Amino acid sequence: MIPSAVLGKLTLSAIPYHNPIIMGAVGTASLLGLLVMVWVTWMGRWGYLWREWLTSVDHKRIGVMYVILAVIMMLRGFADAIMMRTHQALAEGLSQGYLPPDHYNQVFSAHGTIMIIFVAMPFFIGLMNFVVPLQIGARDVAYPFVNSVSFWMTVASALLLMVSLAVGDFSQAGWSGYPPLSETQFSPGPGVDYWIWGLQLGGVGTLLTGINFFVTILRLRAPGMSLMKMPVFTWTILVTTVLIMLSFPVLTATLALLTLDRYLGMHFFTNDLGGNQMMFTNLFWVWGHPEVYIVILPAFGIFSEVVSTFSRKRLFGYVSMVYATVAIAVLSFGVWLHHFFTMGAGANVNAFFGIATMVIAVPTGVKVFNWLFTMYRGRIEFTTPMLWSLGFIVTFTIGGMTGVLLSVPGADFVLHNSEFLVAHFHNMLIPGALFGYFAGYTFWFPKMFGFRLDEKWGRRAFWSWLAGFYLAFMPLYALGFMGMPRRLVHYDNPIWQPYLLVALLGTFLVAYGIFCQVVQLMVSIRHRDALRDTTGDVWNSHSLEWSTTSPPPFYNFARLPRVEALDAFAHMKEQGLPHRAQAPFAPIHMPRNTGVGVAMGAITFVFGFAMVWHIWWMASASLAAMLAVVVMLANDEDVDYMVSAEEVARLEKGSAPAMAFASAAATPSDLKTQG
Amino acid sequence: MTATAHAHEHEHDATENAVFGFWLYLMTDCILFASLFATFAVLHHNTADGPTGKELFDLRYVLVETMFLLLSSFSNGLAMLSLHRQARRATVQWLLLTALLGLGFVVMEVNEFSRLVMEGNGPDRSGFLSAFFGLVGTHGAHVSIGLIWMTVMMGQLMFKGITPAVTSRLLRLSLFWHFLDVIWIGVFTVVYLMEVL
Amino acid sequence: MQPHSHGASHGSTRGYLLGFALSLILTLVSFGLVMDGVYPASVTLVILVAAALLQILVQMHFFLHLDRSSSQRWNVMVLLYTLIIIAFLVGGSLWIMHNTAIRMMPMPMTMNMGH
Repeated sequence: MIPSAVLGKLTLSAIPYHNPIIMGAVGTASLLGLLVMVWVTWMGRWGYLWREWLTSVDHKRIGVMYVILAVIMMLRGFADAIMMRTHQALAEGLSQGYLPPDHYNQVFSAHGTIMIIFVAMPFFIGLMNFVVPLQIGARDVAYPFVNSVSFWMTVASALLLMVSLAVGDFSQAGWSGYPPLSETQFSPGPGVDYWIWGLQLGGVGTLLTGINFFVTILRLRAPGMSLMKMPVFTWTILVTTVLIMLSFPVLTATLALLTLDRYLGMHFFTNDLGGNQMMFTNLFWVWGHPEVYIVILPAFGIFSEVVSTFSRKRLFGYVSMVYATVAIAVLSFGVWLHHFFTMGAGANVNAFFGIATMVIAVPTGVKVFNWLFTMYRGRIEFTTPMLWSLGFIVTFTIGGMTGVLLSVPGADFVLHNSEFLVAHFHNMLIPGALFGYFAGYTFWFPKMFGFRLDEKWGRRAFWSWLAGFYLAFMPLYALGFMGMPRRLVHYDNPIWQPYLLVALLGTFLVAYGIFCQVVQLMVSIRHRDALRDTTGDVWNSHSLEWSTTSPPPFYNFARLPRVEALDAFAHMKEQGLPHRAQAPFAPIHMPRNTGVGVAMGAITFVFGFAMVWHIWWMASASLAAMLAVVVMLANDEDVDYMVSAEEVARLEKGSAPAMAFASAAATPSDLKTQG
Repeated sequence: MTATAHAHEHEHDATENAVFGFWLYLMTDCILFASLFATFAVLHHNTADGPTGKELFDLRYVLVETMFLLLSSFSNGLAMLSLHRQARRATVQWLLLTALLGLGFVVMEVNEFSRLVMEGNGPDRSGFLSAFFGLVGTHGAHVSIGLIWMTVMMGQLMFKGITPAVTSRLLRLSLFWHFLDVIWIGVFTVVYLMEVL
Repeated sequence: MQPHSHGASHGSTRGYLLGFALSLILTLVSFGLVMDGVYPASVTLVILVAAALLQILVQMHFFLHLDRSSSQRWNVMVLLYTLIIIAFLVGGSLWIMHNTAIRMMPMPMTMNMGH
């Protein structure tokens, strides 16, 4: 097919209208989107949505939007998971299952990419957006506008992934996209290009967020908050941003080189003419391994906050917790080869990286013991966030032990690319990352919206998730020992099938857990008056975010708090110090909302789509548009405004519910959109 | 505290934060270049029976290129000194010289690339040439972006004068420009000199 | 606003001149050694690496004004940490790839002995 000048490689045949499964998914997704739009129109809320949310540079609103994005993408990624499990449970012997191989390959590639890049990343970035500035006693992040750009670039790349469902196809090369399979020779379609641009553009947004939060934490802390007085969650985020800054550029470079191979016929990773595909594997994991810690460390921070709050004790071993976090971050850059022990390096190399991997278990163990000692002789309250944390500690320890097993190169040669590996990394990421995010979501929800989440449905969700997890993944360990490779579209071994059926059952149980979470949200909104938090400190916790109202005013603190001790808010409460600002108030400097972030996200999406389909004029036009926007921004000095002292006094006098998320009227008149 | 004093302090912090954040971006760029250097080091023997660096590179040409970039880094420094003296005219003139020298560098590099492609030694010839074009081209793209930025800044200096925002941007541009010269030290040493050696 | 407090050092004409002169000399030494080939390759290689590192330090000091002053402390710390990671990244990659390459070399004597 000869690409046309106008639409590149894009033709009508790119839409898989003959495939009922894909069309069903596209139809459902479009219908849901349409329903939301109809509802917003019905409520007459477009203006509100645009002014107060989409164009917002408020870290709290951006944080909430990130979490919403993560949840939406989680539903997509989980749908992929159910499809895979169902297919594998069926596809034994004479049965071919219900997914053709080319579709099945896309499903597992999309599942991995989505869960890591578009669920785990936006979920913790959302939580840290909301929490970190509050925890350090700041009014916003260092670069509020950049924050909005990061968010909309992430949305654009997630959208690109969703569009691949309807227009063209997705990569069949797995979430790690190893060449030469991902080279043009073996994957000529647009699938790998969707994967490349989804990761690449989202990665730029993440990198900007990393820089943003590193500067925020280092420069915007409240007076008196030295580094060793920072809450543990803020510490883990600081270390996470360092990991982001140091590892994401490697991903950018690696993807760019693969792009050059695919678009300009170069030979970085090809089979012929001097390419070396092993260099891709090497570089990919130089990013990929720190990436694991990027998604897990924030969850460690959340667990620390939750465990200490609900044990009614200070966190045991704060200093060792900080050092363990830093140690994990440093070590995480010295272990990447354990993802490809079997590639062919010699015993010395494998032994070095194997031992380095085992060493990481030490600081991680320090953390686990710290959580246990925090609970020891504490008055533990079994609230939902605490349940998620307890489930995490037990399950994560099992996953960690299987990880140490895999870090022995000899054992890895047997288990590499088997279902054992699949079980292992799900055993790390589901309790280690996702349970943490769920704990954080339940823990900080009252701070976000002013009312708690329903406990009963929360407990149901937790137990379904936990039991579902064990049912879904323990059989995979056994299957790995029995020699079943990962990513099989069909197998001829009847002994495996019962295990896969149990795994499928577990997946359904997880599905019920997700259903409980949806119900929990709806029930809580309905009963929000009964669940209302009027104190701002609903859990009797210890860090600064709890010292302001729930939800906080858009400027967070009428007067910046003064920190005198670790667990600053607990200290204020113990000493009986006033923690709400009293008159007289000073004027507050705030960044202005702007639609430029949305525009840049839109341009990013158009650029990505144009590149996937080789529509060169559109790609150049969007690049030119991006340049124009950046130059325009450089000439716009009107990016902030002052909230007068009288306005602050008026807002402070109003009670917390007056600032609830549903009331647009409470925002000052000069909070206008521009651009 | 009066509102103006407050705004003043805020602006000051904002400049410091912006420069620090930009420095962090440069560090991430360092990592990006490190990945490309590593790739070049791994692939540089993979000539696929095509020409080697020794056969292709003209060191005299590269030396002239290097001089253009080094001089531009120097004149950029003089532009910054003029900026700190609040001498707008001199700042623009030094920046103009910097940009012209940078442009000379880019033109020479484009010329070298097109000559290689014409002779059939383009980036699709071998793994070695892919790595060469990838690394040197990425540096060249950075310099080109710097040129666009510099053009915008000259315009801002002429129309807006030396405002805090303009100063902050020029500080960052200056970091960027010097940084690219530092990367070039690695490029001419590892790519050109070591290949010819 | 006088932007004087950040980076107490934005250099002087003398500093820039000195930095430029040193960079120039180091560049010429590097190019000269390779173009004239007076020393054996191994010696030249060592000098090349040393000259490049030295020139990087010179430019960091005279052009980028990195020093041990308190205003530069975080900048220098971040740079040092970045350099450590770059050493991990480049060193590790080269070690891995070199080791793998050696083990994949077809060895003429054993190639046909079937393993």
